[in-house]
Amino acid sequence: MSETTLTHPLVDGPVGPGCKKVDPIVVADGVVRRFGGNTAVSVDHVEIPRGRITALIGPNGAGKTTFFNLLTGFDKPNEGDWSFNGQKLGNVPAFKVARRGMVRTFQLTKSLGRLTVLQNMLLGATKQPGENLFAALLKPLWRSREEEITVRADDLLRRFKLDAKREDYAASLSGGQRKLLEMARALMSEPELVMLDEPMAGVNPALTQSLLGHIKELKNDGTSVLFVEHDMHMVRHISDWVIVMAEGKVVAEGPPETVMDDPAVIDAYLGAHHDTDLGDMIEQKSVTERARRVEAKEASLADD
Amino acid sequence: MDFLFVINQALGVALSPTTAAYALAAIGIGVHFGYAGLLNFGQAGFMAIGAYAFGITTLSLDFPFPLAFLSAIVASVVFALILGIPTLRLRADYLAIVTIAAAEIVRYIVSTTGLSSVTGGASGLSAFARSFQSFNPLPGGSYGFGPWTYSRAEFWVFLWGWGLVAIATVIVWLLMRSPWGRVVKGIREDEDAVRSLGKNVYAYKMQALVLGGVFGSLAGVIFILPRAIQPTNYATTLTFFTWTILLLGGAATVFGPIIGSMIFWVLLVLTEGVIGGLVRADVITFLDTTQAGQIRFVLLGLALILLVVFRPQGIFGNKKELSFNV
Ligand SMILES: Nc1ncnc2c1ncn2[C@@H]1O[C@H](COP(=O)(O)OP(=O)(O)O)[C@@H](O)[C@H]1O
Ligand SMILES: [Mg+2]
Repeated sequence: MSETTLTHPLVDGPVGPGCKKVDPIVVADGVVRRFGGNTAVSVDHVEIPRGRITALIGPNGAGKTTFFNLLTGFDKPNEGDWSFNGQKLGNVPAFKVARRGMVRTFQLTKSLGRLTVLQNMLLGATKQPGENLFAALLKPLWRSREEEITVRADDLLRRFKLDAKREDYAASLSGGQRKLLEMARALMSEPELVMLDEPMAGVNPALTQSLLGHIKELKNDGTSVLFVEHDMHMVRHISDWVIVMAEGKVVAEGPPETVMDDPAVIDAYLGAHHDTDLGDMIEQKSVTERARRVEAKEASLADD
Repeated sequence: MDFLFVINQALGVALSPTTAAYALAAIGIGVHFGYAGLLNFGQAGFMAIGAYAFGITTLSLDFPFPLAFLSAIVASVVFALILGIPTLRLRADYLAIVTIAAAEIVRYIVSTTGLSSVTGGASGLSAFARSFQSFNPLPGGSYGFGPWTYSRAEFWVFLWGWGLVAIATVIVWLLMRSPWGRVVKGIREDEDAVRSLGKNVYAYKMQALVLGGVFGSLAGVIFILPRAIQPTNYATTLTFFTWTILLLGGAATVFGPIIGSMIFWVLLVLTEGVIGGLVRADVITFLDTTQAGQIRFVLLGLALILLVVFRPQGIFGNKKELSFNV
């Protein structure tokens, strides 16, 4: 099986790094971000398919989070351009990117601990008249919208098994619950594309199954999903497409069944350890890594 | 020592227009810091802007009271925009530094001799309340009872002072239960999270800065109505006092600034009366009367430290919602 002859229904032409998609929702071109001498991201061309679940994988420091930050307007590239739904997004501020329907979550969770779980959720909703300084003074102007979004929030909280925590301050949630809250909050705006940066990190294994379910449901509702994840089981299980980054570049992409066999992926992840089984290796890595991350989080919480 | 006199004085100051002015200024930084997480260390600057805009438009431009009042609002909006436009996109510390500096700059400008034809220079301005009093609809005589007895003119100031405090309190209460308040409280904690949800963080911070600044400016107007405008009043100690009041009552609370201001002033008057009385009665021999006046502020600083250590959310605050480490 040779790479150049491989085709796929999502792809227009041969499958390979930077290949054209039949119906892309995001198209990025020549996106470069340097930190001093270190080139964190240098993506020549990449397209994210619409209405599908796409996994962005790669070793630590590959530039996945930085690429997320660039696409969503949280960071500025040195060069490059990209579009969402055919509209150029370079230099668009982060809040406008979100308003256009491209909403992201953060690797280091940003739940708002001093707001309640419900308030966190309501903050995610769009088109709220009460967010205007003057309209805010007159409750009749925003009461009905508030009721609508509260219904939606309660529905999402039930789906994410956070309904019992509705009135609690988000600070009282566990690390995994905060991840869930952040994801549920991002869904309040009914985005077209959800970008999740390590959604499973720190989430209790008992919850991961239902989280996978939620992500699949999103796809069924017509939402496109792009997520960063280290857990290869999850990647294999739910993604329709996998993009692999290493040292800032897209080194491989393809459907999950075949991308793991790509020599470029094996290189990226394993370096010299060619004969080790990739699945085991990555899993090993993700387990130790997750343990480390949980420790780090606990340490930082203790500091607070 | 006449305890009754001291207590009477303390009760009187609890409702004085000055207490109202400090409460209003504290409500302003409450919007800034308590709700939006903005560090404004130049509330004295906003108060000076309000006081001078009011005094100058009245005296130099002959503005009637309502127009002079409006000028104070407009001036503080402009001042807030000047401070906010370059700093609100940056980290929180920049606003803090810029507001400290700006308040000092305002104080130097109004004290310069070059401008004394307009600002009165170092001696300030006086006799600007005539237009304000000409709008006084109250019939003559005295108002109130006991420690709270006011002349007709004093009561007019009283009504405006506490009336504005009441209006500001209602506005803050309405805003903080609204979606606007939710966005602003989210910003207090994590700007990027709020940005990722499609909110224009910069615009909200600007609105909060302007709103709290307008309250500060009107506090400046109330503060000068019973007295003259003195540039030395607008030193950083004034900002420090408003912060003490805010933290005393609780930064993210609706009534905290009012109660904080009352406690602050009552305590100042009580300690002055008691310590001064003990000095005069030769019970305390190691202080003279001037030192007795100053020792109150040492005690105040101590009280603030104890407050920060033992009750960081203030007297009324909810610890889960807010303490100092915003
Ligand atoms: N703010 C920053 N300043 C300097 N270097 C950074 C910054 N953010 C990321 N980097 C660097 O960019 C590279 C990519 O990081 P990141 O995007 O976080 O990787 P990933 O999410 O794939 O683990 C790393 O080498 C990291 O050290
Ligand atoms: Mg990352």
